[in-house]
Amino acid sequence: MRNPQLNKHGELQHLLTLDGLPRDIITAILDTAAPFTEVAEREVKKLPLLRGKSVFNLFFENSTRTRTTFEIAAKRLSADVVNLNINTSSASKGESLLDTVDNLCAMQADMFVVRHAASGAPMLIAQHLQATGRDHIHVVNAGDGRHAHPTQGLLDMYTIRHFKQDFANLTVAIVGDVLHSRVARSQIAALTTLGVPEVRVIGPRTLLPTDVEKLGVRVFHDMREGLKGVDVVMMLRLQNERMNGALLPTPQEYFKVWGLTADKLALARPDAIVLHPGPMNRGVEIDSAVADGAQAVILPQVTFGIAVRMAVMSMLGSH
Amino acid sequence: MNILDAEALCRQLAEQIRPHVTPATALVGIYTGGLWLAERLHKELGINPPLGAIDVSFYRDDYGSKGLHAKPQRTEIPFSVESAHIILVDDVLYTGRTTRAALNGLFDFGRPARIELAVLVDRGSRELPIAARYCAHTLPDALPRDQNLELQRDEAGKLTLELTQLA
Repeated sequence: MRNPQLNKHGELQHLLTLDGLPRDIITAILDTAAPFTEVAEREVKKLPLLRGKSVFNLFFENSTRTRTTFEIAAKRLSADVVNLNINTSSASKGESLLDTVDNLCAMQADMFVVRHAASGAPMLIAQHLQATGRDHIHVVNAGDGRHAHPTQGLLDMYTIRHFKQDFANLTVAIVGDVLHSRVARSQIAALTTLGVPEVRVIGPRTLLPTDVEKLGVRVFHDMREGLKGVDVVMMLRLQNERMNGALLPTPQEYFKVWGLTADKLALARPDAIVLHPGPMNRGVEIDSAVADGAQAVILPQVTFGIAVRMAVMSMLGSH
Repeated sequence: MNILDAEALCRQLAEQIRPHVTPATALVGIYTGGLWLAERLHKELGINPPLGAIDVSFYRDDYGSKGLHAKPQRTEIPFSVESAHIILVDDVLYTGRTTRAALNGLFDFGRPARIELAVLVDRGSRELPIAARYCAHTLPDALPRDQNLELQRDEAGKLTLELTQLA
């Protein structure tokens, strides 16, 4: 069966997950994103590529940064952007996901940017569009359940490549709540596809998936051990909503063991960089001194995120 | 197939431009061949402002049918475009669509006082009202559409014009 993200010419049709996306496509997205970073420095921050196209931001789950950066990216490509924040109350009116999509297609949508609490929702929309012969409409997954957040994974790869040039000799550590993290899944898929020789995941047993080794990573339950000699530290957000369950002690205790502090970071290579997908919980998974420190590249991640999303949308929108 | 001496044409083009260069004249080369040529002219003419480079992929009018160019390059305009005198440099002038795209791109950096076009070869078949102010060689007959003429640069930096048959 053909990769549902690619069309019959092997071009990107939808961006749903980085898992199984060929290396040359990932590399092409990163290469395409590079010249888009320059647009932010211009007097007129606009390119005509998506002129006349309508991009619908379909957010069934809250997001500020991701939705905003998608919106900026689409607008810098001259698309018309419609933001729909579909909360539980409007969903409770009874319209199904695919009915919503059909209605928006009737409004001449060209692209859907979808965030949904249910894993697989963007894939469902993509399959529905394909089954109904609407191949000119594209879907970008902006985060679905615990499954994937491909543009976050791509902007992280862009950031790593920007600061470390290439992936061939890197040791990368992903730290924290991997279990609930769609970001971590996308990062692991991208890092392994791009040939990073050593990917580590570091976290308490309760927050790591049971068979996480099968993803091709080394597992550490001791943060100090895991950070030794790494080139890149990718922190994950501790999802506060999980704090009430039995998975975790208090935030203070979590910080003591799993929070990234300057003394723990000192175990990594001296030129190691620190990434965080945001929003940060300062004093929970990361200390302010590190978040605001010289090794943090958290704000460049946000800026690169716009260029990466412009690259994805312009590659999709061209066919 | 080499049909023209690119190195000689490059020198001729520099001599055409030279009398019109002022301290405010800036050069912008269009990726890829135009930029190689612009690098030569920049040095040869002792141009004052740093050399600009423009990739027109984001402004092409065939994006809708052909898609995005595979490897767009980073546009760098390292001088103020506002009120500048710019000479836009390309290797081969053909339909004029690349020039149109480059003009659109430049205007997103500001309002230049004047833009002129310099090319090594005019191969004819214009589709837009665009003409080069400086042109080293105009082919007597327009090249057939199934032929591609473009500048190449070898490892030693030598420029050649290559004519190839398109599939």
